[in-house]
Amino acid sequence: MSAPVQSLLREPWPDLASQREAATFGIWIFLASELLFFGGLILAYAVCRIGHPHAFMAAARETDIVYGTANTAVLLTSSFAMALAAQASEREARPIVIRACLAATAALGCAFLAIKGFEYADDLRKGLWPAGDFALPEPGARLFFALYWVMTGVHALHLTIGIGLVGRLTIRGGGPHLRLRDNPQAEVTALYWHLVDVIWIILYPLIYLPGRAG
Amino acid sequence: MSAGPSGAERPRPLPLLRDLSVWAALMGLLALSCWAAYWPLGPITTAIGLGIAAIKAGFVAAFFMNLKRGTPLLRLTGLAGFFWIAILFALTLSDVLTRL
Amino acid sequence: MSVAATPDERLLVPDRPSYLGAGASLRSWFGATDHKRIAILYAVTITIFFFLGGAAITLVRLELFTPQADVVTADTYNRLFTFHGIVMVWFFMVPAIPATLGNFLLPLMIGARDVAFPRLNLFSWYLAILGGAFTVATLILGGVDTGWTFYTPFSTMFSNSHVFAAAFGVFAVGFSSIATGVNFIATVHLLRAPGLTWFRLPLFVWSLYATSLVMVLATPVLAVSLLLVMAERVLHLPIFDPAHGGDPLLFQHLFWFYSHPAVYIMVLPAMGVVSEVITCFARRRVFGYTFMVYALVSIAGIGFFVWGHHMFVSGMSPFAGLVFSFLSFVVAVPSAIKVFNWTATLYRGQISFEAPMLYALGFLGLFTMGGLTGLFLASIPIDVHVTDTYFVVAHFHYIMVGGTVSAYFAGLHFWWPKITGRLYPEGWARFAAILMFFGFNLTFFPQFILGYLGMPRRYHVYPPEFQVWNVMSSSGATVLAAAYALPFGYLLWSLIWGRRAPNNPWDATGLEWRTASPPPPHNFDQQPRIDVGPYDYHPEAVAPAPDQRPRRRQGEDA
Repeated sequence: MSAPVQSLLREPWPDLASQREAATFGIWIFLASELLFFGGLILAYAVCRIGHPHAFMAAARETDIVYGTANTAVLLTSSFAMALAAQASEREARPIVIRACLAATAALGCAFLAIKGFEYADDLRKGLWPAGDFALPEPGARLFFALYWVMTGVHALHLTIGIGLVGRLTIRGGGPHLRLRDNPQAEVTALYWHLVDVIWIILYPLIYLPGRAG
Repeated sequence: MSAGPSGAERPRPLPLLRDLSVWAALMGLLALSCWAAYWPLGPITTAIGLGIAAIKAGFVAAFFMNLKRGTPLLRLTGLAGFFWIAILFALTLSDVLTRL
Repeated sequence: MSVAATPDERLLVPDRPSYLGAGASLRSWFGATDHKRIAILYAVTITIFFFLGGAAITLVRLELFTPQADVVTADTYNRLFTFHGIVMVWFFMVPAIPATLGNFLLPLMIGARDVAFPRLNLFSWYLAILGGAFTVATLILGGVDTGWTFYTPFSTMFSNSHVFAAAFGVFAVGFSSIATGVNFIATVHLLRAPGLTWFRLPLFVWSLYATSLVMVLATPVLAVSLLLVMAERVLHLPIFDPAHGGDPLLFQHLFWFYSHPAVYIMVLPAMGVVSEVITCFARRRVFGYTFMVYALVSIAGIGFFVWGHHMFVSGMSPFAGLVFSFLSFVVAVPSAIKVFNWTATLYRGQISFEAPMLYALGFLGLFTMGGLTGLFLASIPIDVHVTDTYFVVAHFHYIMVGGTVSAYFAGLHFWWPKITGRLYPEGWARFAAILMFFGFNLTFFPQFILGYLGMPRRYHVYPPEFQVWNVMSSSGATVLAAAYALPFGYLLWSLIWGRRAPNNPWDATGLEWRTASPPPPHNFDQQPRIDVGPYDYHPEAVAPAPDQRPRRRQGEDA
């Protein structure tokens, strides 16, 4: 049997509804902060691209659009599963339903990382690491790939943290100590997960799509 | 619950149909975005790509992140993030675009 | 109780265990989620860092007694002022008022049991400790020589010092400050006591709210700039490398997008403290409460539009320079409003010169001088002349040390009886306050002249004609060091031998004075209700009578 609903209540909240409101508000403030973080990275991209428009086109053409698009699809689907999990928790569905959705989310997140790993391996084989010997001749192409590695790397780190959070809910949610139904943590984790998805949605046209035509 | 109809009294069914439609729309937009990248349109290609990305992000925020039924406070918080990014971009680019 | 309490000052909860008595084990402190205990953890931490940063700059000032290099080498000198800057900015000034006084007082001032996320609060302290550990490790390994600003391409390509560890330390403490910001914003929005509307909030709460907005929205961009420096340094990704087409100015934009608003992270809470202290010791309502609120919020907002004034001579576009110069003048307007309103608050007040008031009046004068010299620097023709000279050093020390540190000491003395339950020795405190004011001016005023005469900052040797001003400055630093050591001594003394403090030793109006000194773990026995604004020292539009007691206090029954 899972833990009683009182086990979810934390100091200093008088009831679960206001605690949930606070948790949602708190994570949204954090998400706004995260937006500024990735905003800074994208600004770096914009400034470098303004300086080297053609090199960025040529460099972006070297990225693997198949891996990139497949990964976008995987991540969008994971967000769908995560949304279902949060809604199931809020609507007090059976714990097994919530856990199934959470497990699917975490599995899709792992799939994303695996695909990303194959892509990284390919990139390294093609000599796209911008330090030392580098495959592309255009001045400025190194900047694109420097930012490519930083942006995708930081995104992957965020996703790894997300997988950890979702995995924790999935595993501990099966035990007696963590109640998944009506748990504000489900909503908070979901919002974080969706933000990581949104970041990828924005990165996709910046990294994979330029320079494809012509 | 911060907003929306009170859901605590009785279990409600999951909005599976709505979520599935959102997911299908996201997939469609992804395909469109990938295809549009190959149209020989010159400089507006990136604008199209980012425009579609913004629509996708909007779908995720509105439906998956519940901003559609969120309180004004939550929407304001999200908007604040974008507004401050706008400051960062506008003033940095005021230098970068006029420096050369 | 050794002090005879009037009926009004009698403890609401006599002989109830305070937060200090709720366990003495290591676990009860290092695992504490009580905002008051976390505030104490922060206070101890920043005190240690204050003395570390102070020790570094003592050596610097010692070196500058003479024009030649005689105490340290040029390289060591660079590492000393860099350590001083990093420690004082991120490990002392940024957390100084928000994470100690703010953490302790925010829930008390709004009638809450705790902050919104107590465990996040503790986590943020551990993040600060992690960052601090890296910074201290940097020092032990041999230091870092980039200056606190980590400018590229020096930091990424040429420096042979421990840039990575230092940048990571700052990166970590940045997340600590984001966590504090998230916590405070949610607390102010969601945990105000019944009846405590937004425009009944004390100005200190407003200032913490505005500060938290800046923390949450600016700090991530600092994280990006440091992350890119670390990536370039360790992974050799050429992000800012001009040889590969990178733009070193991009780093400055990202860095100052945080680091200019960071000035407001440091000074806004100071303004809040001063508003509380001046009203209390002038027995006066604050002049123009709503304007004070709008000024706080607009300083926080406009502060994001002015960062380019740090880059006037960097090679930035002159058109952008014009925009940034204009906007920098604009941000002076709300700051001036605040100075005028504090002055007007004093007008016809029943002023008494207790130690917190002396510190607060010191703030008023020194902040005004710092602000006015800021206008010199916002103006491009003058800035070109004094960039990277001691004029700039003097300017920001007037804001940060003269302003923020004075206010920190004002707040520390003002709320010391509430925090510890003890009274500090008033005579010593007044002496220290006056000594600090004179020591400060003796240290930093000569630096305005040095800078105006053209002495550049960050050099360990200088032409002999500058020696007289440097000797004045270094002597002043000695006085200042003594003035900082004094409170450390007598405040510690008062913990054991100080007289017991009543609940409201200053007859102040804030809600925090309605509970016991020191407060019980749960802050208030009953949920307070508020039906009156702050600073209700006298009826509106009437100057206070001599020795007038407050008309109404927040949380007091009508």
